Amino acid sequence: MTAKKSESFERPDGRKTTETRQMTAKVGVVPNADGSAMFSFGDTIAIAAVYGPKKMHPQHLQDSEKGTLRCTYNMLSFSVTDRIKPGPSRRSMEIGKITEWALAPIVMIDQFPNTVVDVHISIIQANASTRCAGINAAAMALAHAGIPMDSIVSSVSLGKLDKQLVVDVSKAEEDWEEGEGATDMPMSFTSDGKLTHIQLDGKIKREQLKEAIEMAREASKKVYEVQKKALKEVTE
Amino acid sequence: MGELYETSEITRERIKKYLENGKRFDGRKTDEFREITIEPNVSKNAEGSVRVRIGKTEVLVGVKMGVGEPYPDSRDKGNLMVTAEFLPLSSSRFELGPPKFNSIEVGRLIDRIIRESKFIDLEKLCIKEGEKVWSVFIDIYSINDDGNLLDAAGIGAVAALKIAKMPKYDEKEEKIVHGEWSTKNIPLNKEIPLSITLHKVGSHIIVDPTREEEDVSETKLTIGSTGEYISSMQKGDEKSLTVEELNEMIDLSEKMYKKISLKLEKFLGK
Repeated sequence: MTAKKSESFERPDGRKTTETRQMTAKVGVVPNADGSAMFSFGDTIAIAAVYGPKKMHPQHLQDSEKGTLRCTYNMLSFSVTDRIKPGPSRRSMEIGKITEWALAPIVMIDQFPNTVVDVHISIIQANASTRCAGINAAAMALAHAGIPMDSIVSSVSLGKLDKQLVVDVSKAEEDWEEGEGATDMPMSFTSDGKLTHIQLDGKIKREQLKEAIEMAREASKKVYEVQKKALKEVTE
Repeated sequence: MGELYETSEITRERIKKYLENGKRFDGRKTDEFREITIEPNVSKNAEGSVRVRIGKTEVLVGVKMGVGEPYPDSRDKGNLMVTAEFLPLSSSRFELGPPKFNSIEVGRLIDRIIRESKFIDLEKLCIKEGEKVWSVFIDIYSINDDGNLLDAAGIGAVAALKIAKMPKYDEKEEKIVHGEWSTKNIPLNKEIPLSITLHKVGSHIIVDPTREEEDVSETKLTIGSTGEYISSMQKGDEKSLTVEELNEMIDLSEKMYKKISLKLEKFLGK
């Protein structure tokens, strides 16, 4: 059903339905950090910095059996058209936790008891899919910091605009109002195709959702290539 | 953080062993909810309120309404605010103080399940565009936590909205008349959204975990659905899922929706 539509479907920025925006990635953007990276989907730019493993403070938060991964997500007040109030919000706390969960399956910090690995993500410029860009940057920053990992996580958003599935949702697409409107489905996969994160807002039937998951898994491979290339360019 | 009261290692191991043979401590099947009961009107002062019990888990959900300014990006729509509070009285694990992530998570998930399914017709809650709109507050409190507060909260939110009456509104004074209600219901759409949370324990997928089962859950997926359609979804916790497991969860949610919505319709007297 959807295949027929896709030939005639026009995205606001003229992309193909399976095409992400231009992706860029760079490692080592925060010199003070143990590891850092930038990842962008078009105008959405995220940076991430990793500090640790370091001793967890306060002490009562220490886990004597394994290390702890802790992620924060923050949008700069001027990263969006309507200024947002600086500081943590319910939304940012949730995305921080989601990011933690998305990355935890690959991070092997069991052998670092009583320590914490802090991952701080900032969104510098936002044009939708910010949490995906943040997760991608964070995964790279963890690798850059030399944290033991058995895979990398690559994140991408899937959208359903009216009835059409598209990869990497932009702001104009997120606000889609025609037909069935927009459904936003950010997902993250390990490099061997396991899902570590999924969220969904909108309206979709089960069969099409399964189709979206496959599309996201394919697209995440392209994200992975970009991450890998940037990590290989690191010399220090 | 309440570590003293965590499920013991022996119990955790036994739960997993039982599940390997498809069994649960309380004799339920993996895809079976505990007994669900819904009681209306726990507070006379609420526009609508209910008590929901799933087994020993209990939540109270109340709906209150206010009149206020619309948000700048939705000038012709009413506002929706959902908060959840995990009361220290409901578990030795909950402490006083600023909200922790687990209660924020429930508030935000239920918010999206209601909002994304368009269950409340927020456009009909506009009084004067750009100036005055109705705000709907859904507040969720835990009374006893024996697992799956989330799905209990979802059932409670829908039930409380369904039975709520709009407060009286004095149009001259442009104020709510407190303590008096109109005969009007909140404008709602027919299709009922429900929260269905699926948990992965070992290689098994279960629904409606008890507190102990929730402690051994490796990962969970909350699906907000109106039956045929899925309108919100969120994966939580630290383990990955294969796409096959994900698809199994998506299919199972449809089956669970049918069962729970029957319960709710019975309560609503259909």
